[in-house]
Amino acid sequence: MVKTPMKIQKKAQAGSLESSDVLITVAPSDKLTIEITSIVMNQFGEIIREVVQEVLNDAEITCGEIIINDRGALEYALRARLTTAIKRANGGEE
Amino acid sequence: MTLNKVGREIPKPFEPYKGPFTRPPVYPKGYKPKMLRFKQPGMEKILPSIKDAISKTGLSSGMTVSFHHHLRNGDAVLNMVMEQIAAAGLKDMTVISSSLTTAHDPLLEHMQSGVVTKIHSSGLRSAIGNYVSKGHFEEPVIIRSHGGRARCIECGDVHIDVAFLASPTCDTYGNVNGCMGPSACGSLGYAIIDALYADQVVAVTDNLIPYPNPRISIGQKDVDFIVEVDSIGDPTKIASGSTRITTNPKDLIIAQVTADVIEQSGFMKNGMSFQTGTGGSSLAVAKYLRDKMIAQDIKGSFASGGITGYLASMAKEGLFETLFDVQTFDLGGVASLRENPLLHREMCASTYANPHNSGCVVNNLDVMILSALEIDTNFNVNVITGSNGVPRGASGGHSDTAAGSKLGIVVCPLFRGRNPTVKERVETIVTPGETVDVVVTERGLAVNPESKHSGELQSNLKNLKVPLLSIEELKNKAYGYTGKPHEIRFGEKTVAVIEYRDGSAIDVIRNVK
Amino acid sequence: MVKRSKDFDVTKALRRTLLYVPGNNPAVLQDCIIYGCDCVVLDLEDAISIDEKDAARHLVAAALKHIDFEETLISIRINGTDTQYFDEDIEAIVPLKPDFIRIPKINCKEDVHYIDQRLSEVEKKHDLPIGITKIEPMLETAKGIRNAFEIAEASPRVFSMSVGGEDLTADLGIKRTSTEEEMSFARSRVVFAAKAAGIQAIDTIFGDINDEEGLLCSSRNAYMMGFSGKALINPRQVEGIHKGFMPDVEDLEKAKRIVDAFNEAQRKGLGVVAVNGRMVDAPVVKRSLDLLKLAKSYGMVN
Repeated sequence: MVKTPMKIQKKAQAGSLESSDVLITVAPSDKLTIEITSIVMNQFGEIIREVVQEVLNDAEITCGEIIINDRGALEYALRARLTTAIKRANGGEE
Repeated sequence: MTLNKVGREIPKPFEPYKGPFTRPPVYPKGYKPKMLRFKQPGMEKILPSIKDAISKTGLSSGMTVSFHHHLRNGDAVLNMVMEQIAAAGLKDMTVISSSLTTAHDPLLEHMQSGVVTKIHSSGLRSAIGNYVSKGHFEEPVIIRSHGGRARCIECGDVHIDVAFLASPTCDTYGNVNGCMGPSACGSLGYAIIDALYADQVVAVTDNLIPYPNPRISIGQKDVDFIVEVDSIGDPTKIASGSTRITTNPKDLIIAQVTADVIEQSGFMKNGMSFQTGTGGSSLAVAKYLRDKMIAQDIKGSFASGGITGYLASMAKEGLFETLFDVQTFDLGGVASLRENPLLHREMCASTYANPHNSGCVVNNLDVMILSALEIDTNFNVNVITGSNGVPRGASGGHSDTAAGSKLGIVVCPLFRGRNPTVKERVETIVTPGETVDVVVTERGLAVNPESKHSGELQSNLKNLKVPLLSIEELKNKAYGYTGKPHEIRFGEKTVAVIEYRDGSAIDVIRNVK
Repeated sequence: MVKRSKDFDVTKALRRTLLYVPGNNPAVLQDCIIYGCDCVVLDLEDAISIDEKDAARHLVAAALKHIDFEETLISIRINGTDTQYFDEDIEAIVPLKPDFIRIPKINCKEDVHYIDQRLSEVEKKHDLPIGITKIEPMLETAKGIRNAFEIAEASPRVFSMSVGGEDLTADLGIKRTSTEEEMSFARSRVVFAAKAAGIQAIDTIFGDINDEEGLLCSSRNAYMMGFSGKALINPRQVEGIHKGFMPDVEDLEKAKRIVDAFNEAQRKGLGVVAVNGRMVDAPVVKRSLDLLKLAKSYGMVN
């Protein structure tokens, strides 16, 4: 879905705080930080981090401030929202 | 630690659960019957304040006080009484309330200051639930079902020194009912037990009427003192105007399929008895069942449990001959109880569900609709602990009705948000799987192979709107959507004990790390 | 994922109900198959605001990839060819092989030719068999209704056509009513055009979700007029539409007799099918077979 390589050139957001969705905010940074809050942190926090890392790796993103605010999104929605945020931060669709 | 019959580790001194019908009744060591009274004619029962009631009853540190939660989220009495108990400098009290709601959050202060050191309740939630979950409360909270609470009071496992009973209408000699007055709540089913077995009973009312009360649930022979207050609670939170049937399309699908299950199971016939909950899919099942009963000219014998205006109207239509009411949920139900006492009958918690008497109502139940926060591949049900390990619910009548009913159906969505409802292992077991027959979700249903009716159910439930799967397949389907959840990390401290209705321990809740 | 057996043919599948699902709402998207609809239409067009077109596209694509839709037919309503989103929509969706794609505001055969060509380009790029992506044009303008006959024949990809009442009445400058007289010409024309080309027709939505009687009426009319199914915007409407499309018991009995006679004639090697001494034409036999198939899905026959 994401054509590599991408770069987080500006601040961007995708998703929402609705139930079963996730709000993702990405911003430029000189290092990579991933901050995760989730209503199912204990049960799925680790899996969420793995999926986020995987999508970033696919897009070859090595720097950026990634903030995940999860409201119980299933994995497909997490992937989609992160993809949208990255593409928006990269200057829209390629 | 000993492993009990459902595979949970039970610490001493609690007795491990061995099966739904294995533990016989037994008086505890040092059993004390209730105190006998000696009231002379002309002795005044009415006291000017709760403070006076505390001193008049001789309430002292270390004693046990009881409350009921029929005023639900609108209750003011528990907080009022505990405030006075604290002000009187009493400490180390045991509180046995039929349940604790969000209205009782102020109790937390007294837990922290040492006024209250032991709690018995059906429910654990909100601020108190969070506090207990963290391990800050020394003694484990004892969680009981409604039937289990009646059992433990009747046999003396818990001896109540003073019961403070919120009384919507009380006459000047202590006759009480719950269906009249500005704070009417309907049935006083849980409170009746306290009144019958406590050493002393204080009726707290905001509707004091002249003797004699035209309607009596708790009688003058059991009430020692009366305190009139401005208000015993917030009527808007005591009973809703009417409990509406959900419009959530997922809940409606589950309810529709469940009504089909009841029909195809063979239990939908003249003379049937039925009980359901008040939320989500549960009440909607009543609606679809009603349509079928009318279409096929079926008349039931009784509906029981928590009664809503909807069930009351079904009875009024002639679909059930009687209603047995242990807790009334809305004003429609309250009005029905008040105006149709022959049709709509109040029952106490012991008649409802105590397994250690000559026969409780749940024993005659044909069909029971049960909720679930979680259910595992052995059909064990959790109705008290969230998927994060923190208590947020109640035992209620769940394990009682599952054990008594012939067909126990759990209705629930396959997953809530990202939390799978059907799981490998549930956080806390409240109801053992061997008392559950079927689970219905919006994406599949499963029959318990251990169910007495498993054979007929497996063949009759094949062509419903959702596929008939094994519980394992249902679990895999749930995980297919949510992923497999990581296990919650618990600490070593037992913060609550889930007592099965017979007095044994079916599970414990530990502190969340 | 959309899992279909090798001999699956979307043109033969039951499509009584087509539920519109807003493509940018995860909670609704992941629940859309539980309502018993024959088909869901994941919407990237009207339900999605301009600034969320990309998010909806990604979410629907991810859903197509990762969620098991089981037996429910999956179609995507993409944005029209006159928008900047059309190209990215087909690029994202076609490789994921939905059962078909619904395309709004088709006005003439040239629109279909253009879409055909663009789809072929994307299919080629992704090593898919050319022509595999089926389309269902939406006729929702006066022009589209006029050109219905040529649109129906414009490409082998076109296996069905639908009439879009909301946009059509807006185009005409009139309002929709619950008794639908203003829609009768358009609905009829779309059915005729579809049948003349040997394809299916799908009816427009019934907007008032609280009007159960109106929905039943509209659905029954759609069935009687020759539509194969009807679109809907709320799961509460599924039952009403399925009821409307349920075969009459009387018609069913008649159909059974005809099919029995047909099978009998086949057995005996006879070229002519007769029921009660009267000859039965091939189209009538076909209609009877289709009716029995529809009845089977309702459990009315074995």
